[in-house]
Amino acid sequence: MTENDTVVPDAKADGQQPLLQADHVQLYFPVKSGALIGRTVGAVHAVDDVSLSLTEGQTLGIVGESGCGKSTLARCLVRLHEPTSGTIRFHDTDITHLGRRGLQPFRREAQLVFQDPVSSLNPRKRVGQIVETPMRLHGMSRGDASARVRELLERVGLNPEHVNRFPHEFSGGQRQRIGVARALANNPKLIVLDEPVSALDVSIQAQVINLLDDLQDEFGLSYVFIAHDLSVVRHFSDLIAVMYLGKFMEVSPAAELYSKPIHPYTQALLSAIPIPDPRENRARERRVIGGEPPNPIQPPPGCRFNTRCPRATDICKQVEPPLAEYAGGHLAACHHPMNVSATEISAATRSPLSPLSAGELMPGGREGAETGPAPR
Amino acid sequence: MSEQLLAVQDLEVSFATEDGLLRAVGGVSFTVSRGEAVAIVGESGSGKSVTVMTLMGLTRSPNARFGGTAMLHGEDLIGASETKLEAIRGKEIAMIFQDPISALSPVQRVGAQIAEQIRAHEKISKAAALERAIELMGRVGIPNARERARAYPHEFSGGMRQRVMIAMALSLSPSVLIADEPTTALDVTIQAQILDEIRQLSAEVNNGVIFVTHDLGVVADIADRVLVMYAGRLVEQGTVDDIFYDPQHPYTWGLLGSVTRVDRDPPRRLPAIPGQPPSLIKPPEGCPFQPRCPHAFDRCRELPPLAPQLPDIGHLDRCWLKPSDKRALRETDGRIGLTEGAAS
Repeated sequence: MTENDTVVPDAKADGQQPLLQADHVQLYFPVKSGALIGRTVGAVHAVDDVSLSLTEGQTLGIVGESGCGKSTLARCLVRLHEPTSGTIRFHDTDITHLGRRGLQPFRREAQLVFQDPVSSLNPRKRVGQIVETPMRLHGMSRGDASARVRELLERVGLNPEHVNRFPHEFSGGQRQRIGVARALANNPKLIVLDEPVSALDVSIQAQVINLLDDLQDEFGLSYVFIAHDLSVVRHFSDLIAVMYLGKFMEVSPAAELYSKPIHPYTQALLSAIPIPDPRENRARERRVIGGEPPNPIQPPPGCRFNTRCPRATDICKQVEPPLAEYAGGHLAACHHPMNVSATEISAATRSPLSPLSAGELMPGGREGAETGPAPR
Repeated sequence: MSEQLLAVQDLEVSFATEDGLLRAVGGVSFTVSRGEAVAIVGESGSGKSVTVMTLMGLTRSPNARFGGTAMLHGEDLIGASETKLEAIRGKEIAMIFQDPISALSPVQRVGAQIAEQIRAHEKISKAAALERAIELMGRVGIPNARERARAYPHEFSGGMRQRVMIAMALSLSPSVLIADEPTTALDVTIQAQILDEIRQLSAEVNNGVIFVTHDLGVVADIADRVLVMYAGRLVEQGTVDDIFYDPQHPYTWGLLGSVTRVDRDPPRRLPAIPGQPPSLIKPPEGCPFQPRCPHAFDRCRELPPLAPQLPDIGHLDRCWLKPSDKRALRETDGRIGLTEGAAS
């Protein structure tokens, strides 16, 4: 590992270079006041010091409630937004502040699929034109592009004869398939999926999820999968990050997050989802957390979840917990972790992915010694 | 059996469109009793919302055609005059909408909106009605109700707005409460709060609740009985346990199978229902699910009746397959039939 590398544990294990790496990424949206001369009076802390890394072929799920900054983070990762601070690297290139021209090679490699298949397709363009545009922009000839369009439509399960139809002639699930075909056009390495199935009916959701699954295997794609609840991401992800008010609360290998949630917020999210199984649902102890997410313009000091957390104490209001790394590469930012034994707590180390503003205090009352390399 | 509140019989709703007659609801019958929560489940375009909107008289328009009856306290909601309906609506039957921001007036303070509804049905002073509104807002869990009653809908969060809707719907203790996807627009932690709220308040009023949703998790959580709709028709009806543990219609299996579950290891592939829901203008011949059904056979070109086929007469379905065949197919299909304890 070089001095500058801060990678998540499982990437460390097989020694692979991360495909995408974000270090302490922040994005603040200024809040202006005044009629003519906009005076900045504050900032929405949309993404606040988030670090992550993604290896090739992997899927990272990012889960959180509306307004937690998950979509903003997704847009930062494909550079539709320029981060306020921090760095984003794709392969070995620092793409954080590249301009339009500098980003061109990256644009070919990274694509985005949007939540709403209606507003993300131009209603005046035919499907053929929509899917063809990215290839034409990257210099493919018209003939080659149109042959590839038919191939792509077929691959995502649409009839290639329909190239001349308009988006409104398709159903929601089919429109989402068009969005996927467009994203695949330039053989990308990375696709960011921003709630790709939230707007679809359940039976159609399953079709699209299976399609995305197949495409990942076939083309060796890496996914960043954004979702607002924990049930859909379970199907896809290798690694899941739970986000709250601009920060990562917990990052864990997928299966373990469900069997052993460490952060009380993850526990709350899991317990809030009703299970489609009446008997188990009745038998289960539900812990409904009260309150609503606080205002991201003035996030609460200390742990961001302290205003709603059933386990919160004074320390949570004062000191922001660092991301502690437990066995198996399971990270959680909490002073009062759940489902972990005292031994596990004392073996935990401060993760290098921790926000810079986080305190040194580790769960169990120890001062966290840096084990990873110093963050820049 | 407890008192029957609402009896819907052969409800038909069609709309004349440019492309022909669109049959949104075809022959739907069901009842709602006191203290019971009935869930109507289906995908977009299945006619579940049109069914409940019609009960509220909200689908009336020059191009709409209705058939059948819906009896509430001896009054037919479908044939009732607009004046009659105005007296019933809000007082006897009330509705919570999916999208509270468009269901509330943006230019009126929320307290006044709730008070207005009370005053439409009861002769009391403005001040007294507002007092009642404030009390209701407190009961649905809005903090500082007195102060918040003076706020406008845009000053509320999504969850709080939905609480205002609930307060308004329950203001006159209606005997039937309709909730049309009340939590679809909300986050899961807020959804859990709102479902608790609806459950608790309905128990206090002891009314019947019709819950329209596409989320089977919510159904498992809140419903006593379930109606499954597909392409404007009821395809299966039964208690919540019937539907989840012994589903009879292949569409119900498909629905249950396509759900991603948070409490189980994911299957390698999700069992998806192939194809798209049919057009309601030119519906397929016979069983509406037949073009997508993996088990369709010759007889499916005739529409099966919605009838009990099991010893349990409360469990109805619309399918030609024999119950014994269904059990066998359900197993081999790998599509649901949740078995208790075992993984699906």
